[in-house]
Amino acid sequence: MHKLLAVAAAVFTLGTPAFAQPTDILNASYDIARELFEAQNAAYAASGATVTVNQSHAGTSTQARAILEGLAADVVTFNQVTDIARLVEGGVVSEDWASEFPNNAAPFYSFPAFLVRAGNPKGISDWGDLAGDGVQVIFPNPKTSGNGRYTYLAARAWAVEEYAGDEAQIEAFLTKLFANVPVFETGGRAATTAFTERQLGDVLVTFEAEVLSVRNQLGADNYEAVIPSVSFLSEFPVAIVDKVVDARGSRDLAKAYLDFLFSPAGQEVAAANFHRVRDETVAAAHAADFPEVRLVTIEDAFGGWDKASEEHFADGGLLDRVFLNQ
Amino acid sequence: MHATRTQPCSAAEITLIALAFGLSAAILVVPLLLIFAFALREGLGVYLANIVEPNTLHAIGLTVLTALIVVPINIVVGICVAWLVTRFKFPGRQVLITIIELPAAVSPIVAGVVYLFLYGGQGLLGPTLQGAGIQLMFTTTAIVLVSLFVTAPFVARELIPLMQQQGTEDEEAALSLGANGWQMFWFVTLPNIRWAILYGAILTNARVMGEFGAVSVVSGSIRGQTNTLPLQISQLFNDFNVTGAFAASSTLAFMAVLTLLLKSTLEARGGWR
Amino acid sequence: MASRRSKHLLPGFGLTLGVSMLYLTIIIALPLLAMLLKVGGMGWEEFWRIVGSNRSLAAYRITFGSAFIAALFNGAFGLLLAWVLTRYSFPGKRILDALVDLPFALPTAVAGLVLVTLFADSGWYGQFLEPNGIKVNYTQLGIILAMAFTSIPFVVRTVQPVLEEVQVELEEAARTLGATRWQIFARVIWPTILPAFMAGCVLSFARSLGEFGAVVFIAGNLPGLTEIVSLLIFIRLEEYNYEGAAALAFVLLLAAFLTLLLTNALQAWQTRYADRSR
Repeated sequence: MHKLLAVAAAVFTLGTPAFAQPTDILNASYDIARELFEAQNAAYAASGATVTVNQSHAGTSTQARAILEGLAADVVTFNQVTDIARLVEGGVVSEDWASEFPNNAAPFYSFPAFLVRAGNPKGISDWGDLAGDGVQVIFPNPKTSGNGRYTYLAARAWAVEEYAGDEAQIEAFLTKLFANVPVFETGGRAATTAFTERQLGDVLVTFEAEVLSVRNQLGADNYEAVIPSVSFLSEFPVAIVDKVVDARGSRDLAKAYLDFLFSPAGQEVAAANFHRVRDETVAAAHAADFPEVRLVTIEDAFGGWDKASEEHFADGGLLDRVFLNQ
Repeated sequence: MHATRTQPCSAAEITLIALAFGLSAAILVVPLLLIFAFALREGLGVYLANIVEPNTLHAIGLTVLTALIVVPINIVVGICVAWLVTRFKFPGRQVLITIIELPAAVSPIVAGVVYLFLYGGQGLLGPTLQGAGIQLMFTTTAIVLVSLFVTAPFVARELIPLMQQQGTEDEEAALSLGANGWQMFWFVTLPNIRWAILYGAILTNARVMGEFGAVSVVSGSIRGQTNTLPLQISQLFNDFNVTGAFAASSTLAFMAVLTLLLKSTLEARGGWR
Repeated sequence: MASRRSKHLLPGFGLTLGVSMLYLTIIIALPLLAMLLKVGGMGWEEFWRIVGSNRSLAAYRITFGSAFIAALFNGAFGLLLAWVLTRYSFPGKRILDALVDLPFALPTAVAGLVLVTLFADSGWYGQFLEPNGIKVNYTQLGIILAMAFTSIPFVVRTVQPVLEEVQVELEEAARTLGATRWQIFARVIWPTILPAFMAGCVLSFARSLGEFGAVVFIAGNLPGLTEIVSLLIFIRLEEYNYEGAAALAFVLLLAAFLTLLLTNALQAWQTRYADRSR
């Protein structure tokens, strides 16, 4: 009943700023992080925090759009810098967001990996196999999902090494890869359900965190994880949405919540939910769960996010040349 | 008035009846049963736990609240529109009827899209409103607005043919006997149309509670905040929580059965159809 | 003032006109205008590029084709139900009559969830269909089924009242003249209910064009194969491609408007027919 009254009150105040210190914050997050933040928020509450953390999950570009349209998220926990950059451009996040928290404001990371059906019937072991004839690949839409863009970058990074930088061959490979994708879902979780529930495709490309979590949930008898020879470091940045916290007076709450994600307790929850963490003690305790992998970074392979966004993801960029969904 | 209804006597007639029952059972009854079967498949305890799960409970509350706001508004507006088009002749009358019919004929996604273009950050009025500190998109208000849109004609549609058929003699008589406008409406018009109003309200309520497409565009789908029941069901399904999705669905299915019962009772009682 | 009073005998013109116009403006007209402005602002070339792209064309084909087949199914099923419900009396008739409206009372998302579960490999229906090579979920057949389910009541509810009014004398006259049952149906009853039947089919078709909640659960959403227009609009929105969403929404709005005009014309035809035959 109290909740109902609160909703009724919200209707009549039409979302105008609250006068008292708010008791809840909204975390707009990426699609596959549902279980992670359910666990994080429970751990946060157990640590003595009294704030209610509400969750919204979708592809991160979708989330960025919603926030620019007015979704009142206090914090964002995204999986890619490009979508926070859009929020900076829109004037809702301050430009120095990356220096507000350690590790460029990224509490955990992951990378694109493969999930295949039991027995790996198509013999998929590396990126090159994804462009093979008769192989169907599932990954989310790079236009709406950070997950999908990482897949594109990882595949390209592999191709750059494989074809020694020959742009024609790289593009031919990527075109073939994208042509092997029967459906581009808008978020990572929808891609997972397409692969597991709808039984579409031979291989799902998504974050290692999702690959391990799905294999864990749906049984190692049904699915196998495949780690490619090289993948792409996917740091999951967090930021305070300044425009919202200033309007609501919730900056302290937002900051405390994001700080928790970097604390040993928060890092432990992340590692237990298949995300790789920077905290050395926690990482060492979970070392057995995470195989060694060679990761290239955005700086090494693409000269940083700004350059990559402009070259690859802008309208008419290199992504549009291989991704023909118009 | 009605065609004679004969007892089935020939094999052909029995076949037709059996076919109607068989197909209806397969297409309508089995899906209804499946909802409750799946909701209860892990036992009553799990079922109840799924219903009182805070986010699902909140979604139920939000859905009921939306209906409580939308249904009364659309009753009042439906009466006004019906009164206007059945009691007066004026230019643009047919246009008015067509415009109010349009929302129910168009895809609910379009309903969401048009509101986004009006109140969104890039929309017609959005920036002005945001400047004034009023945020409509991704709030409960937006859910209420699109619900009003998609159910706009539901009450008027029931009232217009009825009031047309009833004519104005009673109301004119009341006026000539000295009643004022409100008295005439309250004692003459309203008793004549109350069952039709209720009927329209039931249809409006069913649609509001079940609206998915339009709401999914304008709600931020925030669990525990702007998730209505249909959105919550879709999210539970995407979380691999099929039993939870069916438990949430069962509340809406129960509401649907109630709607059918009320409708059927009203039709038997009203007899205006 | 005096002339207004003589023209409108009853009170309330100003009040009801005010309320109606206010509501129509704020709730319906203004949002529609916002979208039309968005479409108007993009220019013809851009508009045609979007609505004429291969992916859009495929989506129209799938949406309109599936809606057409669903309307055909509902024409047959609806006619059967309307016939049985008006012509015969039998136990359980009121239940059957009430049940017809279930698809309107049941939220579309629930309908989608139920259908996708029924036709899953191991589902109540899927387990029998799958071994015979009939795949429903995530195919166009699934779209057709979802559309058909959500629009079942239209044909029944438009044909039923007309069928009840069919004059018994005409049928009896035909019978005494030695007409067979089939001849009576084809020559006497069918022409009478035809306009209502067609109006019901068009309504069913229109509803199917816009159906979203049920279809997204069961359609595979594969571009060019099982992607419907409503879903493509949703995807364009998520891609922040507002022009694309606006142009396609305009197409659906236009289709809705045309079907509305068509049903109005059919219903006018029905009324004329009924008046003439009286």
